[in-house]
Amino acid sequence: MVNPLALEITRDKLVEIYRKMVEIRFFEERVFELYAQNLVPGTIHLYAGEEAVAVGVCSALRKDDYITSTHRGHGHCIAKAADLKQIMAEILGKKTGYCKGKGGSMHIADFKIGMLGATAVVGAGIPIAVGAGLSVKLRKAGHVVACFFGEGASNQGTFHESINMASVWKLPVIFICENNLYAMGTRQSRVMAIENIADRAVGYGIPGVVVDGNDVLAVYGAMPEAVERARIGEGPTLIECKTYRRRGHSRVDAAKYRPKEEVEEWLAKDPIRRFKERLLQTNTLTEVEVQQIEKEVSVRIEEAVKFAVESPYPAPEEAIEDVYT
Amino acid sequence: MRRITYRDALREALREEMRRDSTVFLLGEDIGRYWGGAFKVTEGLAEEFGDDRVRDTPISESAIIGTAVGAAITGMRPVAEIMFGDLTALAMDQIANQAAKIRYMFGGQAKCPLVIRTPFGAGVNIASHHSQSLEAWFMHVPGMYVVVPSTPYDAKGLLKTAIRGSDPVFFCEHKLLYPIEGEVSEEEYMIPFGVADVKKEGTDVTLVATLYMVHKALNAATELEKEDINVEVVDPRTLTPLDKQTIVKSVKKTGRLVIVSEDCRTAGVSAEIAAIVAEEAIDYLDAPIKRVAEPDTPIPFSPPLEQYVIPNEKTIIKTIKEVI
Repeated sequence: MVNPLALEITRDKLVEIYRKMVEIRFFEERVFELYAQNLVPGTIHLYAGEEAVAVGVCSALRKDDYITSTHRGHGHCIAKAADLKQIMAEILGKKTGYCKGKGGSMHIADFKIGMLGATAVVGAGIPIAVGAGLSVKLRKAGHVVACFFGEGASNQGTFHESINMASVWKLPVIFICENNLYAMGTRQSRVMAIENIADRAVGYGIPGVVVDGNDVLAVYGAMPEAVERARIGEGPTLIECKTYRRRGHSRVDAAKYRPKEEVEEWLAKDPIRRFKERLLQTNTLTEVEVQQIEKEVSVRIEEAVKFAVESPYPAPEEAIEDVYT
Repeated sequence: MRRITYRDALREALREEMRRDSTVFLLGEDIGRYWGGAFKVTEGLAEEFGDDRVRDTPISESAIIGTAVGAAITGMRPVAEIMFGDLTALAMDQIANQAAKIRYMFGGQAKCPLVIRTPFGAGVNIASHHSQSLEAWFMHVPGMYVVVPSTPYDAKGLLKTAIRGSDPVFFCEHKLLYPIEGEVSEEEYMIPFGVADVKKEGTDVTLVATLYMVHKALNAATELEKEDINVEVVDPRTLTPLDKQTIVKSVKKTGRLVIVSEDCRTAGVSAEIAAIVAEEAIDYLDAPIKRVAEPDTPIPFSPPLEQYVIPNEKTIIKTIKEVI
């Protein structure tokens, strides 16, 4: 575990990182409850357990930088400081949601904050991130693009096509592989002969870095070099974050394909608990302050739930709007 | 009026729009200074606008379109070239699931001004992977406009409209049209989507045709004049949106409809047009609707085989005579 005192990072930033992680965890646990109450149509893919990745990455970005996201995207939205109310309303299919109920859990976007949207086709967001990077380069805009995807997506052609393109054109893209070991129920070792996705970076002539994806400061600490490379035109970096989802792939998946010992081992490495312990050990936060943060987050989540539950559904005929400009 | 080729008309549209708007850029395989595009549409543009804006890509169709989508939603106006229409299959997720849906599924937040240019069509003996006509695939993708210009004039005016729009456009070209010459005004003009062009007026039968088939339809019409059969040739110019009104109006006048398109017959362009007329003008028909299309086969290589499957003047004339 990276010692926060070893990084050039202010107390305020550390507290903010902790708060964001708790926000994602509490949010996802509430989504799970709402799902059990039949308030969430369709399916859900919860980010709980992987908070260190989204928060570590987005905390190292500027507000106007871009991200692209996946079907497991609530955490990316929250880490990029999207509005909790509008995320929750979208998940519930309400008119007040980010996409007016047209997208749902798997398709949240907030273009105003550079959140270019979640695509639910595995690997499909990768070339879109590269396109945003190309746009930044052509416009000389100075942003970077963080592109989130899972280890399963790294077997798609789009992964290889896109990283090659970003590399040869030296685009400001940071490829963030959230390796949670399982693509749905398929363990990585059953479909890949390599252990580290980051090794694939060699084939495209870019740096590939493996970090402990359950250590938010390890993720955060890997970012400045990648961001710097991107901003000065030296091209992309592939950062692989080893992590684990607390729950199954989707909905009520009990994830019986994961060995019990493995689950216990990973739950023991819970990113939020580890970070909290660090903050307490280093006297960055006191127990009272931690409780205060958690209480504040709970209040905000409940406000979001209330807003979403009380919001109206879209009028049925809105289904035919927004196809064309 | 000056006459230029379809290829030159397309290039003029690209050049004018690139001069006018610095966010317009081109990407595709071998479109740059070393080759100028497989059909030379982009020849000379890299010399004027530089390699950044006339961008040669790796052979990665999915990433070409995906990259264009990402650029489009962040303020650029990409024009992507897919070297042959058949190869759009490689990029189908990015076209149909990403480009076309990105505005809708994000509740109207995204603006995706993207143009995908690609040549369809058989007739040059390059077999099953370089010859199909797949316009109908894209008519089945809500969120995407589908443009099918048949003349240099239409090609230029429609491409300029496509580039200036706010939504993705699938811009179909045809290999045999590139060298065809036609009148193109030197003054700037644009052609709106959803406005068909009556390429020849007539009174006896409505003949709807697209892309290269428009020229065969006109040849057939000229031939039939000798037998006092007066054919009205309607070119929809865009399939999405489709100018139903002009087609229906023509059918109401002639009482007969023949549709000729180069794609497969089943669930093809002609099927949609026939269905619309059946819904909206069946009482005006004096004969059954007839379709001239390719049989449901891939495109074969050998010249006699290939010519057998492509609709031609003879099959058009024969079909028209069946309904007169």
